[in-house]
Amino acid sequence: MEFGLSEDQRLMQDSVRRTLEKVSSLERVRTAAEAREPKALDVWHALVELGVPGLLVDEAYGGMGLKLLDAALIAEVLGRFVTPVPYIASSVMVPLALAALGSDKQKETWLPKLASGEVVAGAAISERAAGAREGGGVTATGGKLSGKSLFVMDFGAADIFVVADKAGGLHLVDAGAKGLNKVALTTIDLTRSIGELHFDNVEAEPLVSGDAEAGLQRMLDAGRIMLAADTLGAGWMMIDKAVDYAKERKQFDRVIGSFQAVKHMCAEMAAELEPGRSLVWYAAHAFDEVPAEATLMASHAKSHLSEVGRFVARTSTEVHGGMGFTDLLGLHYWFKRIGLDRQLLGSPERAREDAARVQGWGVA
Amino acid sequence: MDLAYSAEYEVFRAEVREFLKKHKASAPKGYGMTRPSGGVLAWQKLLIANGYAARTIPKEYGGFGAEPDILKSRIIAEEFTAARVPMGLSGQGISMFVPTLLELGTEEQKQAYIKPTLNGEIIWCQGYSEPGSGSDLASLQTKAHEDGDDFIINGQKIWTSTAKTADMMFCLVRTEPNAPKHEGISYLIFSMKTPGIEVRPLTTMTGHAEFNEVFFTDVRVPKTQIVGGRGQGWFVANATLKHERGMLGDPNQAGARLREIIDLMHSETLDGQRLIDNPLYRDRLVQLQSRVLAMQFHGLRLLTASTKGEDAGLARLIVKLQGCEINHQLAALAIDALGELGVLYDDSPHLRAGGGWQQRYMFDLGLIIGGGTAQIQKNIISERGLAMPREPRPAKA
Repeated sequence: MEFGLSEDQRLMQDSVRRTLEKVSSLERVRTAAEAREPKALDVWHALVELGVPGLLVDEAYGGMGLKLLDAALIAEVLGRFVTPVPYIASSVMVPLALAALGSDKQKETWLPKLASGEVVAGAAISERAAGAREGGGVTATGGKLSGKSLFVMDFGAADIFVVADKAGGLHLVDAGAKGLNKVALTTIDLTRSIGELHFDNVEAEPLVSGDAEAGLQRMLDAGRIMLAADTLGAGWMMIDKAVDYAKERKQFDRVIGSFQAVKHMCAEMAAELEPGRSLVWYAAHAFDEVPAEATLMASHAKSHLSEVGRFVARTSTEVHGGMGFTDLLGLHYWFKRIGLDRQLLGSPERAREDAARVQGWGVA
Repeated sequence: MDLAYSAEYEVFRAEVREFLKKHKASAPKGYGMTRPSGGVLAWQKLLIANGYAARTIPKEYGGFGAEPDILKSRIIAEEFTAARVPMGLSGQGISMFVPTLLELGTEEQKQAYIKPTLNGEIIWCQGYSEPGSGSDLASLQTKAHEDGDDFIINGQKIWTSTAKTADMMFCLVRTEPNAPKHEGISYLIFSMKTPGIEVRPLTTMTGHAEFNEVFFTDVRVPKTQIVGGRGQGWFVANATLKHERGMLGDPNQAGARLREIIDLMHSETLDGQRLIDNPLYRDRLVQLQSRVLAMQFHGLRLLTASTKGEDAGLARLIVKLQGCEINHQLAALAIDALGELGVLYDDSPHLRAGGGWQQRYMFDLGLIIGGGTAQIQKNIISERGLAMPREPRPAKA
């Protein structure tokens, strides 16, 4: 019985952390955000060097063949450094969908390129994951897609997209396909690229070598666990920044960190967020080892980290006082990252309904 | 991450199950606030003999004498809970006084007290808090002055659970009035039958007297009844408090309570609809389920850290605060799901669970306050977990 990380996992997470400390500094994040870079190239190359895009890709296709828990540990550090590169769709959701539902040819074509970082993939499943808004939804007829999909993840740098249709089928679409119109969306979080796809009878390859509904659910579960891990990492950075600031900032001839009013805010943030780490670990572990619990735990991880993440984001900002509210300090990049994590792939309310449904509650 | 138990532990689990199957019929239903009955004492002896109670206490002091093994202790707890069979006796004597005596007592004290305490023959109560000394426990004023070979105790204790039934008290008293406050305290043990002790039940907001006040008027105790030396009481007590904090906020208790609420929401209806099918209550249930699961996995993480001898640091410091809060919120949800039925109490018609949800809701607020208030917990988390500075002390007037 061992509930914890292996030495290898700690080392891997540490090495990515040390790299990101250097390459994904606040200054770099700021330039990427201001220029709306969908993929900060130097940061991306550093991560490619460490094998991050190929983490989940089978070794036969040039990846590392690791598990979702390993991917969650990386998502956590990417959140910690509000890293402006594709990851959750491109390196987690799409490789998993291809591995589960792709033909041999599709796998041979795309998995090695995804693993090497040569290709970036987006995921257009928002209508199935979070519900349809603004008339979103894609219809597949005779191998062609029509309609639109909003809130596409890892959008701007994507060379291919995995698209969910209204009937639960998944399709592979080339970013340059005829009839495909791409519209960037501007969210609060400029560290990640989100957009909208319009399909006018667009050529697509179906992903049909397996149960598509189950494959879509796996993409969704994995994506939700990654968003939870991203919030865990971003949230802890906000706590660390609040604690450091409170030890420096003086008012009334004392550091504000010696006031109980301020200390208690920091203690509450830590006490609320830290158990979420174990929930994320278990959800990621269950994804591979306890499949019967995967959807339940992914839904719990997503909704719970969204709730405590929001609390940490506002509380850390308050500890920073007026400075926390400025653009100059840059704390808002974390605040906004957590804000986007919360809504993507289903709000906490939606995730809790999924958790209830898989337990047989409220379905009568 | 490997959540399976190795073969050695699975064998051990099978032994525990076998024991429970064989002896379940003779197990008591539970323990009340009264003195243990003959049946309870016999059950306790059986548990000790088989290593399911007093497991790691040395044989020479009446325990089972096994090497500490956190996983085996956990397996015992899991299997007893699953079989709905009560574990061995607990209470402040067994869970707090015995570990303290083992660590800091004299050989004579160990011989005299540990075995009968483990067997349930001596019941203990804890005399720490005073009306003027709660969070600032070290300011306590109950005095013990020297008189030959004895101390004479005068003062008052409060929040003394089981004082009515207890045979003995372990008590903090001020023996060195001129020493700094942390260095003037001694840890004394004495019989509750000693002349000059008066116990008054303390009725709480629940309507029950779960606690007492204890008054001392010229209570004479031999000096040999000190544990750990004169003026050392604060350090002895901290060894004991460490054991108490571990007991409060147990996530498995929250897990059991969550299951009760899930059952309740399946059986109770509102306008003919099961509560579990009501989206508002269901959403609150799932929110709390997330929190309970997070704390249960957090507990497993701490368990693993303990087996490896690692200090979990901040992760351990948050358990009392979070665990007690979640228990309180669970009781609150049960009350809200029951609505007007949820406020019925005592012996009212239509009463649910004997009024237990209200009783727990109120009592849990007591637990949020007791055993180190939530605010003291936050001081500990921020100072020891996050290395934030202490509040500066005001200059003495």
